[in-house]
Order: sequence, then structure tokens, then C-alpha cells
Amino acid sequence: MNENTATAKPSFITRLANPSRFIGLADRLIPWLTGIGLILTAIGLVGGWLAPEDYQQGATVRIMYLHVPFAWLAMMIYGVMTLAALGTLVWRHPIADISLKAAAPIGAVFTLLSLFTGSVWGKPMWGTWWVWDARLTSMFVLFLIYLGLIALTRATPEPGQAARAAAIVTLVGALNLPIIKFSVDWWNTLHQPASVFRAGGPTIDWSMLWPLLVAAIGFTILFSALHLTAMRTEIWRRRVHTMRRLAAQRADRTMGGTA
Amino acid sequence: MTGLFLRDVRLSIAAGGGAFVALLFFLAIVAIIPFGVGPDLKLLGEIGPAVLWIGALLSGLLGLDRLFALDREDGSLDLFLMAAGRQPLVLTVFTKCLAHFAGIVLPLVLAAPLLGLLLNMTPLSIGATVLTLLVGAPAISFVGAVGAAVTVALPRGGLLVAILVLPLLIPVLIFGVAAANGAVRDPDPFLAPFLILAALTLFFAVIGPVAAAYALLVETHPIADNAADPYEEDGWFEHSDTVGQEK
Amino acid sequence: MSHFAYIAVAYGGSALALAGLALWLVSDMRARRRELDHLHDAGHRRRSDRQETLREAK
Repeated sequence: MNENTATAKPSFITRLANPSRFIGLADRLIPWLTGIGLILTAIGLVGGWLAPEDYQQGATVRIMYLHVPFAWLAMMIYGVMTLAALGTLVWRHPIADISLKAAAPIGAVFTLLSLFTGSVWGKPMWGTWWVWDARLTSMFVLFLIYLGLIALTRATPEPGQAARAAAIVTLVGALNLPIIKFSVDWWNTLHQPASVFRAGGPTIDWSMLWPLLVAAIGFTILFSALHLTAMRTEIWRRRVHTMRRLAAQRADRTMGGTA
Repeated sequence: MTGLFLRDVRLSIAAGGGAFVALLFFLAIVAIIPFGVGPDLKLLGEIGPAVLWIGALLSGLLGLDRLFALDREDGSLDLFLMAAGRQPLVLTVFTKCLAHFAGIVLPLVLAAPLLGLLLNMTPLSIGATVLTLLVGAPAISFVGAVGAAVTVALPRGGLLVAILVLPLLIPVLIFGVAAANGAVRDPDPFLAPFLILAALTLFFAVIGPVAAAYALLVETHPIADNAADPYEEDGWFEHSDTVGQEK
Repeated sequence: MSHFAYIAVAYGGSALALAGLALWLVSDMRARRRELDHLHDAGHRRRSDRQETLREAK
């Protein structure tokens, strides 16, 4: 989220490079974002429950109000991480690396949830929990990439040591995702075409669309609150790390002095 | 360039190099498949191309973590970086990828026909699989180089490379197996997936070395960079004396 | 299984997972905050204080 606003105003992005200023902003934003996100999500989901049922899918179409926002977030969070990767590599923005590391687990959870809701939605539709349907499969590969990035960003005791490595892998993954999507679609049409569900059918009625949009916006705002929280924590983690290292150096020097 | 290529190939084939272990691993993977799926020759013949492809993919990834780590240990990586003015690092990495392909992946491809016989594949199917492997398997080295470069400074990078690289190689696997099957099964196309496979390899031949060279450049200079990092200057410390009062 | 059960599973599972994520993030935040407070109480404050080791030992 902050990347989007930041690219518009270069001075703003530069000022955010100061972690303390960033923390100050996050402190003010997080309660508001959490509140607004929760309210919008609730409105969207309740609106979804009040909307008419789909004549084909019956009541299970309610799962759509979760599944579609989760799937959108799974992709959007990767977009945020790609922007953050560019921020790390091109502009050396210190917050960008923190943004990437903090977003990866959240993105993985939303991707997992989109797989989970898709699977629970698919069970009454297809009769099985899992189909190697093109969309589910692409999502699954995205989930694997998220897991790889989580493993990479947490592979070193020093926080932030793998920052540029993770940024490079994120960018290579971003270049690869369209290819993966294309090849999975191709692979899927080659094998038996599974009964692909389309979110609410080709045309979707306004009474179902508005709760979906509101829920999607609500979940996106909730993500930004979670993301800011995780980023603030990561900044603190690095401060603790730096302070401990300095304290150790200090103790070392005093020892050397007295000996 | 030729010197580097020959050195790397010689190192991988020499005793203690990765080629022999990768070959054994490939053999082991193919050998355990019938125990898993049963000795049904018809079924084995059908899934043969897929088994060979997956086996080659996994075996090719086996020694990848040593691709740059060895050079880092013996200091030649620093030489590559210093020589970047005369010979661009991308070119060096590209050469090393080719050497990895020739030294480790190519023996796997050459062993594939023998293993194909074990899987009851027809000569046409074996030929098609070897052809697709020849065209597609270089992508293993090119994508693998990114994973190897990115983890070069990390402890326990080995498995991490495989985890990072495998999802990125799914398109190669899809089109490689599709082309190999297309040559045998009638309605399925051969040429279309084969051409896409070749395009994928060429694409990764560009992306892989560029990303890997860049990763080596930034990964091996973390300390020099940190000195100029804004983290250290005002960063993690400013305001830290107010932290305690906020609760 | 009725359709309602599937919907309940989807909503319940999602709520659980998101609550778990939020809990994890908050507990991580609290832990880091506590570490910072401890360091602060121990007298480790600013980078510029580095040379004044003895005075900080209070």
C-alpha cells in the first residue's frame, strides 16, 4: 500500500526511509486501517449473505465472497513484494526490504486461504476436494514461491542479510509467473478439461457484485494493517539486533581495556 | 572463457565432482519408480517420459549449491568479480551455466536412453524424450544459477536452492513432457510444445545469467554496502530512547 | 454434507487462519517491544552513547 502512494511523491518515499518516521506513521495508521478494514469486510460479507443465491450453485456461492478477495490479495501481495524488490535493488530504500520480508508470510496465508476456500467450494461442485484445475494449480505454484521466499528471508541469523537475494528471487518469480500461468493453462487444456468454475458466472449481478467489491476492499485494507504491523515489528527486530551487537562490542572493548 | 568452461567441466567429472553422484541419483529415482507404481510395463512405458524428465530435473538440481560456493571458497569468485572489467560477469556466469550443463546435466541426458529401456519405452518415445531433454535441460542450469547465486553466502543453501528453483522450472517440465508425449500419442501436438520449450530455454538463458551475476555482485559486497546504509546512520537507533516511555 | 456445512467450514477456517496470523504478528510485536524495553532499561540507548560506556553502566 505504502509503495503505491510513495511512488507518486518522491519526497514522501525519501522521508519514509527514516525508520523512526515510518514507525510514527505506522503507529497512527494501524488502528484506523484495522477499524475501517474490519467494518468494510463485515459490510461486504453481510451484504453477501443477504444477496440472492446463485441458481446454479445454491448457497455455496457465499464462499465466493471469501474466495475471490483472497485470490485477489494473493496476487496483489506478490505485486507489492515485486515493487518492494524494485525498491530494494533500484533505490536501495531501507523500508522496501522490510516490506518484502514482512509481506511474504501474509501473502502465503492469503494464498493458502484462497486454495482452501476454493477447495471447500469445489467439493460440492466437483465432488472432490482438489482438482488440478488451471487456476488452482497456478495458485498452488504461487504458494510454493511464497514458501521459498519465506525460507530465504529467514535463512540467516542476521535479519536483512538475505534482503537482496530475496529481492532478486522475487523479481525472477514475477517474470516467471505469467509464463507459469500460461503453461499451466496450456497443460490443463491438454489434459481433460476440468469443470472450471467461474466466479459467479460470466456475468455477475450487481446485488452480488457490490458485496464482493466491498469485501475485497475491506480485506485489502486489513492486509495493509497487518503488513504495517509486521513491518514495524521487523524494524524493532533489527534495532534489537543492532543494539545487541553494539552492546557486545562495547563489552568487548571494556574487557580489553581492563585486561 | 574456454578455459573456465573446460576447468568447470573437468572439476565436475573428476573424482568428488557432482557428475557421478547426480547420475547415481538419477538411476536411483528411476529404479524406485516401478516399486512405487508397480511393474506394469504398459503403465511404465506411458509415464516413462515424465519419469525421465522429473528424474533429470531433480538430479540436475542436486549439485547446484556448489556451482558458486566452490568458487567462493577457493577465491576464484573474487577473481571473476575483479575481472568484470575485461570479461563481463554475466558472460562468466553464462559460461559456468554451460559448463554445469555439459558436466552434470548432459551425462544425465545421455544416460536417459538406457533408463528408458528399463521403463519399457518405445525407441520413438526414448528419442523424443532425449531430444526434449537436450533442448529443455539447459534451462535447469540457467535457472539453477539464480538459486545458486542467491544462496551463495547463506549457510545451508543446498535444499533452499531446490525449493526456490523447482517452482520456476514447472513450465519447462510441462512443455518438455508434453512434447515428448506429443511425439508418441497421436492427437497431441509435438511441434508447438517443442518450440515453446526451446523459447523457454532461450528466455532463461538470458534471465538466468543476468539475475545470477547481479546476485553475485550484491551478495558478495554486503559489508561495503552496509557502511553506506541509512539503517546504520540515523536508522535503527534514532528515537530508540523514547521507546520505553510509550507503553 | 449440507451446503451450509461447507460454507461454515470455509468461513470458520478462514476466520481461524486470519485470527492466527494476526495473533502471531501481535505476539511477535510484543516480544520485540519487550526486548527493546529491556535493552533500554539496561542503558543501551543511542548510537552516539557508544563511547561513554562507563557512565551508562549505572
